This record gives sequence, C-alpha cells and structure tokens, in this order.
Amino acid sequence: MMELVCPAGTPAALRAAVDAGAHTVYCGFADETNARNFPGLNFSREELAEGVAYAHARGAKVLVAINTFPRAGDQVLWHRAVRDAADLGADAVILADLGLIAHAAEAHPGLRLHLSVQAAAANPDAINFYAEAFGIRRVVLPRVLSVEEITAINREIDVETEVFVFGGLCVMAEGRCSLSSYATGLSPNMNGVCSPASHVAYADVAGNHEARLGDFLIHRTPKGMPVPYPTLCKGCFTSPDGKGDSQTGHIFEDPVSLDATRLIPALQKAGVSALKIEGRQRSRAYVAQVVRAFRAAVEAADQGAPMPEGLLARLTEGQAATTGAYAKTWR
Amino acid sequence: MTQRPTLPPLLMRLPPPPLARPALGLALTAFLRRIAAKKPAILSRLGPYAQARFLLDVSDAPFLLLMQPEARRLTAHARHAPEPGHDAAIRGGLAAFLAMLHGAEDGDALFFSGELQIGGDTSAVLALRNALDDAELDLTEELAGLSGRPLDRWLRRGSALVARKSGLILSRQEVMP
Repeated sequence: MMELVCPAGTPAALRAAVDAGAHTVYCGFADETNARNFPGLNFSREELAEGVAYAHARGAKVLVAINTFPRAGDQVLWHRAVRDAADLGADAVILADLGLIAHAAEAHPGLRLHLSVQAAAANPDAINFYAEAFGIRRVVLPRVLSVEEITAINREIDVETEVFVFGGLCVMAEGRCSLSSYATGLSPNMNGVCSPASHVAYADVAGNHEARLGDFLIHRTPKGMPVPYPTLCKGCFTSPDGKGDSQTGHIFEDPVSLDATRLIPALQKAGVSALKIEGRQRSRAYVAQVVRAFRAAVEAADQGAPMPEGLLARLTEGQAATTGAYAKTWR
Repeated sequence: MTQRPTLPPLLMRLPPPPLARPALGLALTAFLRRIAAKKPAILSRLGPYAQARFLLDVSDAPFLLLMQPEARRLTAHARHAPEPGHDAAIRGGLAAFLAMLHGAEDGDALFFSGELQIGGDTSAVLALRNALDDAELDLTEELAGLSGRPLDRWLRRGSALVARKSGLILSRQEVMP
C-alpha cells in the first residue's frame, strides 16, 4: 500500500491525523526553519517529543520539515533544528537547502533525509545528484509534473518518490518563486510564509468582499460567494488584452486546490511510494476528514477498487478542485 | 452555503435587563480565566497576539463579545452601541463558531464559504484560530466543571438534549480511530 503522509500544524492535528489513519505525519518547529511558519502554528521541542511518542506508539512515523533556506550567518538555527529532530526521534527530516543537506548528511549520518518539494528537483539528473552526493532516500516531487513524467522519472532513479494529492496547489518552481517576496518582502523560501497573514487585509467594499496582499488587490468577490485567501499566483488581475481593451482573469492559476484522488491508481502504477496531503495550516477537523478519506482511497487502490470522488470539495480553497499538472489541459 | 441552526430570533429582540451585560461579562471572564488556567498553551501559542483585542460578532446572539486574552477578559457589548475598539474581528453565526471551536468544521473552510468573516489583523485571527484548535476545547465540559456537582450532570444531559434538538455542536468532536 502507498504510504499516506499527512500534515500536522499542531499537536492536536498530529493526534487527529494518527487517529484517522495516517501512516506518517509531517510537522515543523515553531520558527522560520519550516515553510509553514504561521502565527500560532507548529511545535515546540517538548511538543515534538510528545508527538513522536504518540505516533510511534500507534505505528505511525513522524517527519520534520526543515525546508526553508538558511540565511548566511544564521545557519545555527537550522543546524539546531536538524539536531533536535534527530535527538527527538524523528523518522526523517525534510530538507531543501544544499548546504543544510550537506550538514545533515555529515553531522547525522544515521538520519533519514527526504528532499523537500522546495528543492524543486524535477528531473532524474537533479534527483540522482542529491541521492549520490548526500544519500537522500526520498524526493517530494514538485507539483508541475504529469503522471507520465513521474513514471519516466521513477524509471531513472533509485530513491522513493512522494507526490502531493490534496490541498493547496503551488504552481511555481517551488523554492524559487519570488512573487510573495515581491508583494510583501517575505517568502516561503526564506521566512516560511507565502502571502503572509501579516500582509493580508479583508474588507467589505460596495457590496463586495475584497482581499488584499500588501498593496495589491488580489480578489474581489460578491458577498455570499467563496472567498479565497489572497495568494498572489491565484489572484484575479486586470491586464491589457492586446486589442486596446483590458481583460480580467486568473493569469497564473485559478484559486483552486489540488485533489488527485482519482489519479491514485495511476500514481501507484507510476511507481510513487508515498502520497502527501498539504495543509499544516489547516485545523484538526480538516486533517481528520481528509486523512480518513485518503486512507480509504489508498486502501481501495491497493485492492483495485474504484476511487471515491468529490468527498472533500467543501474543504478546498475556492470550494473547487483540480488535478493540477498531473492531468493538465491547456486553456 | 450550508443551512445551519440559529438562535431563536426572539432572543435578539428582547431588551436585556439593566445588569445583564455586566453580569454576563463577569461570568464570561470567570469562564475564560478557567480555560486559560487549564490550557496555558493557548496563551503561549498566541504569542504577541495575546495582547490583541478580538471582537467576536456572533450574528445570531444578542451581544457582541470582546476578548482580551492577555488580560483574561471577555466582555459583552450591546449591538445598538458603537462597536468596542478591537484589533481583529471574527463574524458569523453561532453554529459556525461552535463547529469550529469543537473541531467539527475547519475554520478555513468556514471562511472560504463565507460563513465566517474576518477583519482587522489577519495574523491575530490566525493565531487565535490555531491556538483554540490545538486546545481541543469542550464548552459543555468546561461549563460542567465550573458548575460542580450535582449541576454538572444535569448540564451535560441538558447540553446533549439541546445539541440533538438544535443541531448545534456543543461538545468536542472526537476522531475515532
């Protein structure tokens, strides 16, 4: 059966994930070493120790995401995070930065290393380099590949692959995107926050909901309609249409979430080892519902049964879902 | 949007007795202090946002609530008066608030669907949502604990009955393995 890797932003969410059937839970420390550095979220060292004990007692694994890029001169914060994750019994750490990966491989040779999606390793050459140079055991593939491309990559590498199947959809070269930095000065890569809440403002203006990120109006929706979070790459923009007029639309991506439930059998056939659910910033209610649904789906896939569909639409951003690049159709 | 139970409209129209709001404020503050003492992680998760003033506008309740976590103060304010000063606001129906607080519904999903609206400092709202979600609160149990015996048993039974009749989520939702 494919491994189900589930998000935990808080100890309560970790317990909810394990109880709902997660094979593995991933989480991060409450600082800028992980790419979900949101207010009120993440784990202290003590909480991680308790979480690891809770998961291990129930046969589940815990992965610690330390997947931002250390600032020059401040590496000690990231080195300490790797050391503490190892000491506290994490089953693996999820890393993106080459220097940090080199440090972890050298200082903690017994620690299992996973390559974060933030490393944007999207071809066999890149993945094999990480495997050969640092002993990376698993790569989390960027959300820009089709199932066929994943199949082709798996034929040319020896490490496990993990792919996202549900949740927030990043359509950029992850770890390289500067849109959030451009709008707010803060990014997921360096600060652990894409479109940080500190720069988000909602207001009701003339019968509409408006969502702004920094100085930019990202969404304007009529009252009563779904209100997406103002992520720059999923914003609605007005631009010249090339004919002297203007056009308004979602230039990069619609405000939708990934739901690749129906592609699970194809991903299994493609040689994928683990399925990842995005959403460490979401509640324990979300985690419990999504994990339970996907545990049923991977068990069904394992038995060759059809995939359930549409169970989780209400939980998705914009209340709409897509299969993303896995089965991309061009507009 | 999901059709949710609401409080009877009559409650909204009844003028509050003269001392109702101060008395309610005292009771709510005592309740908040009990929760803060039992769940200190709420304040540590809030971090700097513990100093924020949160306006809770439960649209089908007769009062607005103002919560000040660091001061451990929760006060009731009349709807017809100007809103009390606040740094962040969460607005929505009682059913949505209770469902989020008790882990039956995801806060983001309630927000995406428009059942809950937020205003002011988005970071503060996020910190509060995350801190309360991790606390796994059970308002029925907290009230029962505050009441003592034998009232606690009647309160639990009454709460279960009201939950059944009204559809409101009045207790923490457990994840069954």
